Amino acid sequence: MNEKIHIFDKPANIKRLLTIFYSLCGVLLLLEFVVHRHSAIEADQIPGFYAFYGLTACVILVILAKQMRKLVMRSEDYYQSNDNEDAAVTVREDTHV
Amino acid sequence: MFEQITPFLIFFSAALLVGLLPANLRRWAVIIAPLVGLLNLWSLPAETISTWPFLHEQLIPMRVDKLSTLFGILFHIAALIGGIYSFHLRDRVQQVAGLLYAGSALGAVFAGDLLTLYIFWELLAISSAFLILARHTDKSKSAALRYLLIQVGSGLILLAGLVFHYHRTGSLAFNTLSLEEISGALIFLAFGIKACFPGLHNWLTDAYPEATPTGAVFLSAFTTKVAVYAFARAFPGAEPLIYIGATMAMFPIFYAVIENDLRRVLCYSMINQIGFMLVGIGLGTNLGINGAVAHAFNDVIFKGLLFMSMGAVLLRTGRMNGSDLGGLYKSMPLTTGFCMVGAASISAFPLFSGFVSKSMVMVAALNLNHEMVWLMLLFASAGVFHHAGIKIPFFAFYAHDSGIRCKEAPTNMLIAMGLASFLCIFNGSYPWFLYDLLPMEMNYNPYDITHVLTQVQLLFFSALAFVLLKKYNIYPPELVSTNIDAEWLYRRMLPGFMRIIGNSIGRAITGISSSIGGTTLWIAQTTKPQRTFLFKHDQTTNSSAILVLLFLGGYLVMFMY
Repeated sequence: MNEKIHIFDKPANIKRLLTIFYSLCGVLLLLEFVVHRHSAIEADQIPGFYAFYGLTACVILVILAKQMRKLVMRSEDYYQSNDNEDAAVTVREDTHV
Repeated sequence: MFEQITPFLIFFSAALLVGLLPANLRRWAVIIAPLVGLLNLWSLPAETISTWPFLHEQLIPMRVDKLSTLFGILFHIAALIGGIYSFHLRDRVQQVAGLLYAGSALGAVFAGDLLTLYIFWELLAISSAFLILARHTDKSKSAALRYLLIQVGSGLILLAGLVFHYHRTGSLAFNTLSLEEISGALIFLAFGIKACFPGLHNWLTDAYPEATPTGAVFLSAFTTKVAVYAFARAFPGAEPLIYIGATMAMFPIFYAVIENDLRRVLCYSMINQIGFMLVGIGLGTNLGINGAVAHAFNDVIFKGLLFMSMGAVLLRTGRMNGSDLGGLYKSMPLTTGFCMVGAASISAFPLFSGFVSKSMVMVAALNLNHEMVWLMLLFASAGVFHHAGIKIPFFAFYAHDSGIRCKEAPTNMLIAMGLASFLCIFNGSYPWFLYDLLPMEMNYNPYDITHVLTQVQLLFFSALAFVLLKKYNIYPPELVSTNIDAEWLYRRMLPGFMRIIGNSIGRAITGISSSIGGTTLWIAQTTKPQRTFLFKHDQTTNSSAILVLLFLGGYLVMFMY
């Protein structure tokens, strides 16, 4: 079976895409010093505020969400086992994945 | 051509027709009904009220003004897109339910009095439940029952509120209500359930992912947006909405990051978007209200588009978990493209629809000096891009190649997605058409250099976070799992609690009976099977009974008050 090679099957293409992406991030940050933007609140007068905020917000989001898994994650049939079986069964099935 | 037909009538008649027509005509009726409806809407005078005598009151089945017209147009468009998307269906139940559901939503937004609103509020619940039931799985059946119970419950609270309201004011008119009164508070709560207030939101993340591929597209358009409309109508400027909305914009994104079922991820992002709308309504300024309803308009279309792309994936592959999918851009390039348009729109990229409406709410928050709320919404904007903008397309269509090879989505689905994509880009690039439909006067231009630059920076660096976290393997992998949320309270804690009580009552009865000598055997024999019947039944029935009891108890307390 000779399947067609698709664009992201080549690691070089992924690398190229990422290089373009990183450069765009750089350009956007530099534009900050060329374009005069008005500010909405005091804090956002700091150069690069939005870039920094977006980056840290998402890192915090992911790290907290990952920790949240410890608290809320159950097996996929967590509720099914409860819905269909007897009281005795529900006591012993709290297995974390 | 038409003489002022109340919009819902067209849909209800079409539903009746679809109930009788053979399959190949039915599907045309589903598309033609919203087109006829749009023509009718066009011909309605800008400000109309039609009344209908009921006992010694006047009901108002149709109130046409800018606010109701905007939602009217939106729901017609959503019904049309949904109709095209489900054109391949031969399932009569879903077709009838879809039309009744869209009609009920129209009935609710054009309702000029609370009783009419209540009737359509309940019809929304009942008709939409069939779109979940139609999946015909055990999971969907029990999810539909829970969904129905909560939705009907919301309606009953609305009914209680309207009874109090009528008792106090002698009027049924559906206008601005006060939160100070118990009637207003009850109605606020009823709306809040449908709008997914934090803690009351679970019906959505529970039921929508269990719906059929086409059913979820309909569901995503109507129920919650009727609630947003109802808030805009009854509670503009209600301060609690600002904080409730900001919370709603924040907490679901954490769940969305770790959720595996991609349609459930969309449900969480839906709550997040409704959060923005409620903040706008809570602010109550012209810009805030306009932002809320404009965002509702755009959200129905881009969220519908995302649900459509995921529905196509589900139809073709039979899977919906991020952990099972990946690499589908090879098999479904067009669906991938449409999904990316939806992703760009929900993330509010310039030139896409979210950009021109979400920012209105944020600017409105700053205008009233709600800087904390603004920062929360900014966090939520970055977060929504992270989970809806990147995660959905990435795990379905890119990521690692799952090896699944399937056909591209059916033509009718592609047409529906194409139409939604066009509207996303049109509203984003030329917002003035939408702005003209908005109910309030305002002077707002989304395209200034600061807004474009800061938004693009925010989004690119959010994406950078994703790339880096993925690269260094910090990003949580998609795992086959259930993440417990507030539904745990009624699916686990309450049943468990009842079981303990039930068992103790059973034991007490047995204990007492055994001490009464001769009768012991008889009572024990008769109570034991009863105990099994009452408390060892399936959980849905149990929790349903308990919830109904709670509602009844609540009413009793209220009436005594």
